[in-house]
Amino acid sequence: MLDPAFLFAGILNGLLAGGIYVLVAVGLTLIYGVLHIINFAHGSLLMLAMYAVFWLWRLLGVDPYAALPVVIAGAFAFGFVLYRLLIGRYNHGRDENILLITLGLSIVFDNAALLFFGGDTQTIDVPYAGTFVEIGAAFLPLPKIISFVASLLICAALGLYMAWSDTGKAIRAVAKERQGARLVGIDVENIFAISYGIGIACLGAAACLLMPTYYVTPTSGHAFVLVAFTIVVLGGMGSFVGAAVGGFLIGITESLGGLFLGEQLGQIGISLIFILILLFKPTGLFGSKA
Amino acid sequence: MSRPLLLCALGLAAAIVYPLLVPNYLVNVGMLIFFTAFIGQSWNIAGGFAGQTSFGHVVFFGTGAYTSTILQVTYGWNPWLAWPVATAMGGVVGWMIAVLSFRAGLRGSYFALITLAFAEVFRILANSVSFTKGGLGMLIKADQRPINFQFKDPIWIYYLALLLCIVSLLVAWHLTRSRFGARLIAIRENEDAARALGIDVFAEKVKVLTLSGAMCAAGGTFYAQKYLYIDPWIAFGVDKSVEMLLVSMVGGAGTIFGPLIGSFTLMGINEVTRALASVVPAFKNVQPLSLVVYGIMLILIVARLPNGLMGLFARKPRNA
Amino acid sequence: MLEVRELSKSFGGLKAVDRASLDVKPGEIVGLIGPNGAGKTTLFAAIAGFHRPDAGTVVFEGKPITGLPPHRICAAGMVRTFQITQPFASISVRENIMVGAYHQTADRKRAMQEAESVAEMVGMTDQLDQRGADLTVAGRKRLELARALATGPRLLLLDEVMAGLNPTEIVEIVGVIKDIRQAGVTILLIEHVMQAVTSLAERVYVLNQGRMIAEGTPAAIADDPQVVEAYLGHGAAKVLRA
Repeated sequence: MLDPAFLFAGILNGLLAGGIYVLVAVGLTLIYGVLHIINFAHGSLLMLAMYAVFWLWRLLGVDPYAALPVVIAGAFAFGFVLYRLLIGRYNHGRDENILLITLGLSIVFDNAALLFFGGDTQTIDVPYAGTFVEIGAAFLPLPKIISFVASLLICAALGLYMAWSDTGKAIRAVAKERQGARLVGIDVENIFAISYGIGIACLGAAACLLMPTYYVTPTSGHAFVLVAFTIVVLGGMGSFVGAAVGGFLIGITESLGGLFLGEQLGQIGISLIFILILLFKPTGLFGSKA
Repeated sequence: MSRPLLLCALGLAAAIVYPLLVPNYLVNVGMLIFFTAFIGQSWNIAGGFAGQTSFGHVVFFGTGAYTSTILQVTYGWNPWLAWPVATAMGGVVGWMIAVLSFRAGLRGSYFALITLAFAEVFRILANSVSFTKGGLGMLIKADQRPINFQFKDPIWIYYLALLLCIVSLLVAWHLTRSRFGARLIAIRENEDAARALGIDVFAEKVKVLTLSGAMCAAGGTFYAQKYLYIDPWIAFGVDKSVEMLLVSMVGGAGTIFGPLIGSFTLMGINEVTRALASVVPAFKNVQPLSLVVYGIMLILIVARLPNGLMGLFARKPRNA
Repeated sequence: MLEVRELSKSFGGLKAVDRASLDVKPGEIVGLIGPNGAGKTTLFAAIAGFHRPDAGTVVFEGKPITGLPPHRICAAGMVRTFQITQPFASISVRENIMVGAYHQTADRKRAMQEAESVAEMVGMTDQLDQRGADLTVAGRKRLELARALATGPRLLLLDEVMAGLNPTEIVEIVGVIKDIRQAGVTILLIEHVMQAVTSLAERVYVLNQGRMIAEGTPAAIADDPQVVEAYLGHGAAKVLRA
């Protein structure tokens, strides 16, 4: 039963899936770390970005990878405006309020997509979809490897941006001490909007990297939302390193869960990890506080 | 007779006469309004009164639906007998989730998310294990006799839904006038202050989630008996959780009539979109259109009307 | 009535309260003063069960209550108020006080009567129907007092009920506190402003950097060079004396 080659392939596949998860989760954890809000619309926004990639390809013939810059920019703008118009205005009071507002957003996005795009599963045919790479005993689709590498490069670029750019430094200052940041003259509201925009831009990138091998339906967001939350609590809310490590762990868990428990029961691992972490180690692996 | 009491009596009389005057389709709509108000009220007791927002209330609904259906289909129980057992099971699951989550000190958004995860675990289990028949779902044999909790004439299931709704209203009314209710509201408003005033916050939260879970599970059995079919998505899918939350929030969380008003409103929107869909061919999908409207309403209400539509009627403080 | 012995509480490496002891006898009004950040509120929280002390004991009316949860301590007859007022914002003043009164009775009518009589005692009768959120600072301070009083305590721990009030309001609340003591409730109060304590308390404890540095009558305390230094900085006592 436990063929090592089989296991190896499972782990590799999990790692590859994890690369995209990292990107999705980094966006979520950034939004949490800076704004202290739980963005329940994260999955739905990813779904919208995936449709954007799909329609760019369908209507204009743009290759998903070539679409990266424009989708990232579009997603950033969308997130920025969404924050300015809605989320930022009501980001006060009980913390459930913003959770409910982002839940409302996800209901609107999911059903608007269903209304306008229909419920059919949409995929993109790229010429390189059938190209496989052999690593050990595992055959891995080329687009998954490209996605994996690109996803890590984007995360690294974001990390550098946060470390070295003025905006990145301001974001980190606000995340650490928002009152203090305000006192030294940082426009905190603007930083919030930028952070939310960057969080959504990560989704834009993830959408471009996902579409060559994945599909989109109006409920695609659901598949990702609990996964993303699990990664973020596993890694520790607000922690970048945590999101990265958590992303790979969850990717592998999912892959091995599917391998050993079957397609249906395999999904249970993620929800269980989520529950167990919240119950027994709410700070996650790398978080300082819950 | 005071004015509110008079209004209640009139409303009740109208609700009793209504199904005698309208075609079966509208009887069914009325039944759904009261049923949704009932499960919405189960959410409201925990989410509205006690402030423990749940995103996964369907976990109780599905527990009730599956418990009574399994007892009936697999073990040959009479559904009326299975009903209280299913209700109790909902209470047990509520107690369990409450003890685990509140022991761990989860509050606010974290509690909301963990309930969602519990519902997911139950859904995946129901989808995978054999005694629930997995993804195929479970079919209850049609045998339309009242002794089987099945009715030929839809009017009876309507009256049963009305009765459930009235019971839930009485529970909520009791909360506004009892020590238990006052303590729940205190916990919602400020846990630290509640604690300082001698309230055992943990115990009260466990109690309310047990009660809420039991009520919701009773609704699950009712649903299974009405439609004679359940599957993991119907019983544990996120849609029903959102529906319960929506009717309470839209109508007015933490108010007696909030879930009923919310249920009326949402069903009204449903019917309007249905009419619209028949006119505008582009909107042939009714369900998503009304859900878009619900989503927008939820956002507006959280942002602008913390007491929901009830807040438009009463300018008095909440629960006064 | 209340005996606190060698109580300590640290957060991270910081010793917020360091082996502090104090006594309160039945019928007294005792003050606890000290400069900002002295650890007064932490000491209160540790006595009332909001923080579990790292070391030391709290005995109330002969029963050890160290580390019990707040609701058990409230049931024993000791209640605290909050320096940062914590009203139940969306319900009325009457309902706010009733939450406290329900500690004594499960009966709604009696809880309501109790709430109204407590409201009269603290001078909130006119505000019974106002929402908690709509009160002024002075109103909130009174509400804190009223809710705690409605639980029927024998010892009240008041955390800066006068901070943020104007002189007239302070005079009024001092009167209310005296009435409460007259009604048989013992009081331990934290105050930042020494003057307010002088007019109320028979005895005063002084906490500085987590340690109890002095105890005595208000007059004696005001002359204590250690206390003056704690408030005004090192060397201040010498300067004043000169």
